[in-house]
Amino acid sequence: MTRGGPEAPVLAVAGLAKAFGGVAAVAEVSFAVARGEMLALIGPNGAGKSTCFNILSGQIRPDRGAVYLNGESVTGLSSRAIWRRGVGRTFQITATFASMTVRENVQMALISHHRRVWRFLRPARHYFAAEADALLAPVGMQDQAERAAGELAYGDLKRLELAIALANAPRLLLMDEPTAGMAPAERGGLMALTRRLASERAIAVLFTEHDMDVVFGVADRILVLDRGRLIAAGSGAEIRANPEVRAVYLGSGATSGGH
Amino acid sequence: MVGGGQLLLSLLTGLADAAGLFFVASGLTVIFGVTRVVNFAHGSLTMLGAYCGWSLISRLPPTPLGFALGTLATMVLLAVIGAGLEIGLLRRVYRAPELFQLLATFGVVLMTQDIVQWLWGVEDLALRRPPWLRAFVRLGGARFPRFDLIVIALFPLVFLLLWLVFTRTRWGRLVRAATEDREMVAALGVDQRLLFTSVFALGAALAGLGGVLMLPDASANLGMDLTTVTDAFVVVVVGGLGSLPGAAAASLLIGLLQAFGIMLVPRATLALVFVVMAVVLVLRPNGLLGRPPGRGGVLGEVRALVRPAPHVLRWLGLAALILAALAPLLLGPYALAVGTEMLIAMLFAASLHFMMGPGGMVSFGHAAWFGIGAYASAFAVHLLAAPMPVGLLLAPLAAGLIAALFGAFVVRLSGVYLAMLTLAFAQITWAIAFQWVDLTGGDNGILGVWPARLVAGPRGFYWLALTLAVAGTLGLRAVLAAPFGYTLRGGRDSRVRAEAIGLPVTAIQLTAFALSAAAAGLAGGLYAYAKGSVFPTYISLGHSVDALLMVLLGGVATMSGPILGALAYTGLYDVLLSATSLWRLALGAAIIVLVLAAPEGIAGGALKLWQRRRPA
Repeated sequence: MTRGGPEAPVLAVAGLAKAFGGVAAVAEVSFAVARGEMLALIGPNGAGKSTCFNILSGQIRPDRGAVYLNGESVTGLSSRAIWRRGVGRTFQITATFASMTVRENVQMALISHHRRVWRFLRPARHYFAAEADALLAPVGMQDQAERAAGELAYGDLKRLELAIALANAPRLLLMDEPTAGMAPAERGGLMALTRRLASERAIAVLFTEHDMDVVFGVADRILVLDRGRLIAAGSGAEIRANPEVRAVYLGSGATSGGH
Repeated sequence: MVGGGQLLLSLLTGLADAAGLFFVASGLTVIFGVTRVVNFAHGSLTMLGAYCGWSLISRLPPTPLGFALGTLATMVLLAVIGAGLEIGLLRRVYRAPELFQLLATFGVVLMTQDIVQWLWGVEDLALRRPPWLRAFVRLGGARFPRFDLIVIALFPLVFLLLWLVFTRTRWGRLVRAATEDREMVAALGVDQRLLFTSVFALGAALAGLGGVLMLPDASANLGMDLTTVTDAFVVVVVGGLGSLPGAAAASLLIGLLQAFGIMLVPRATLALVFVVMAVVLVLRPNGLLGRPPGRGGVLGEVRALVRPAPHVLRWLGLAALILAALAPLLLGPYALAVGTEMLIAMLFAASLHFMMGPGGMVSFGHAAWFGIGAYASAFAVHLLAAPMPVGLLLAPLAAGLIAALFGAFVVRLSGVYLAMLTLAFAQITWAIAFQWVDLTGGDNGILGVWPARLVAGPRGFYWLALTLAVAGTLGLRAVLAAPFGYTLRGGRDSRVRAEAIGLPVTAIQLTAFALSAAAAGLAGGLYAYAKGSVFPTYISLGHSVDALLMVLLGGVATMSGPILGALAYTGLYDVLLSATSLWRLALGAAIIVLVLAAPEGIAGGALKLWQRRRPA
């Protein structure tokens, strides 16, 4: 499977490009994420972060370029196929199954992972209930397992999404604006949790984020996109010192910690 | 050979038809665009327009001026009725899930039928036609009704007028803004209530205009509500929901195709319109000029938590089943025949619930599968001379297989568009059953579909129906509780999430569609043997609406909803039918009261009461 050998990065992106109606949303973007690394993808609104994410998770096909998971090309595969190769995803606007309980939401991911979808008779509640609880425990959602996902507080929904994303023992986690909509006090907690799970399970994490405190507090490395191009990559200190980044952010009127 | 005169005549006939379609459909599309209500009562408003117009114009001098005044007065009257309907009923259900708004408008359809029959009687009412209405013009050797030329001229006139109102007035701009983004308009502090009421009034006035203008060429009759609303829905969907230019373009397309279709393929006329709609929806899933629906899908926003039945309910169900199994020892043949019908209705409703509840795919044409099952059994008897078990096996098999093929197109759509494609398929199936006389016997149906001797008596057949209907219904429930059913529900709750965890949503939906059709087919096969005959009415829109009513009455969000709904609907129907001649009025009123009092349906309402008594 891993033709790139053990040294290959979990995710490698080479020369990714996508245009919408002649406007380049993403242009010649290349980067890589290693095991256990947390990489933040930042940039002003319209910089191409979402397009990048949607290409990586298989919702959009790129015009050019390639995406490799553990050295294997997954360019242009469907979301389902990419998930099968060990990529978990959380959404900017949470997406869960509202008519199911918290536990059932995780069970669905497990049922899919273990290929038990086409089962017609035995009730679904008998499938992987204990495994689901084992995923809910580390995100602190075990005591809410019986509640309807549709009535959870927003922060809890985010933690549920994290548990769902961990169900297929992913090698890469894609998190689109993981703390958007959360109270500032909650944000640090969620990211610390993600950080801990990522290093425990050797998961590479790629996330976009608007809250610069979160970005600089938790990311090992930071990528900065502007108008579809990658303009900087490096540690928090390097990014802070980068004049081009300062120009983009200060020029757009935002300050660190703001939008 | 077709001459030039004939072509011109067809062209003009098509344009006149298109104009009639446009008047009604423009009202429907404007109402939908702003309020998002799928107004099944729009045909009833048209029917009211025709009857009110008849009464007014008959009393006015038989001159063009009298006719024009009568038409205007009818439009004003309908605007008032429309506003009343909005204020009295629809305003109270905007927050309810779209499906219950639909149910409420069904209630209005039923009530209006009886009100009109009570006020105007059952006779078709034709307008006395003074000479100016009867006049013809000569066109290249052919004669064409002069009145139809007036109707044709009104088409661009009304379109232009509406266009000006929508683009040049503040009110019109608000309406368009609300069509684009309701929340935004509300956030800007616009009085939504006034806007919605006035839009409804305008839509109703347009329906009234459409109704009046049908009078000179046809008549006011009691069947026009459903035929009109079906046609209007086709136009609105083909044009793109909420799009006025779309409605105009679709009216032209359909009017002309109908006129020329009669010349080219006279045998396929009934199906033609629906074939056009099916083709358009397959090629352009949002209609000709429609845009993809924005946030929040249309139809089927039911997201309540689904729990396994409490133990009490299981025991109650078992008790009911034992009672039902013992019924033949206590009841006479008539009651058993009613019981058999109720059981078949239960399976039919459960099959529709399967796809529209957990599947999120609302069907306006579920009777198609029932009918295909019934005809499959009838063909088994007559063409294959097969015994009953074969007939009962072929029924679900035929419905399921055809659904698997057709479903590939259905599951690509969602919401109202999906519902309308199922309706199109049902109407095409109905037209085949109606017009392919050599095979189906047409309107006369197929007789002599008798059950095997073992179950030929009312008792025997009741037990057979009980076994198969209960097995089918419980089977569907089991599938819904299994991973397959959960996946189906997951795809409805959040397609994005489902695909992000690798669930094959489309394949699951297609399979669910076929399973649902197979169960409906089994119900149809049973019905064929129960009645000993098969008719095209099994596939009619009315029968599809019956199924929808049963499911909605019971409640979409609970698994026992369709069972209760089917029993309540058929029970209510029988009781009302024998108790009062105004049973539709009573049934419609009951439905509306239920929508206002228990928008979760009977089972949902009961569940809520149950939960309130037992704190969590």
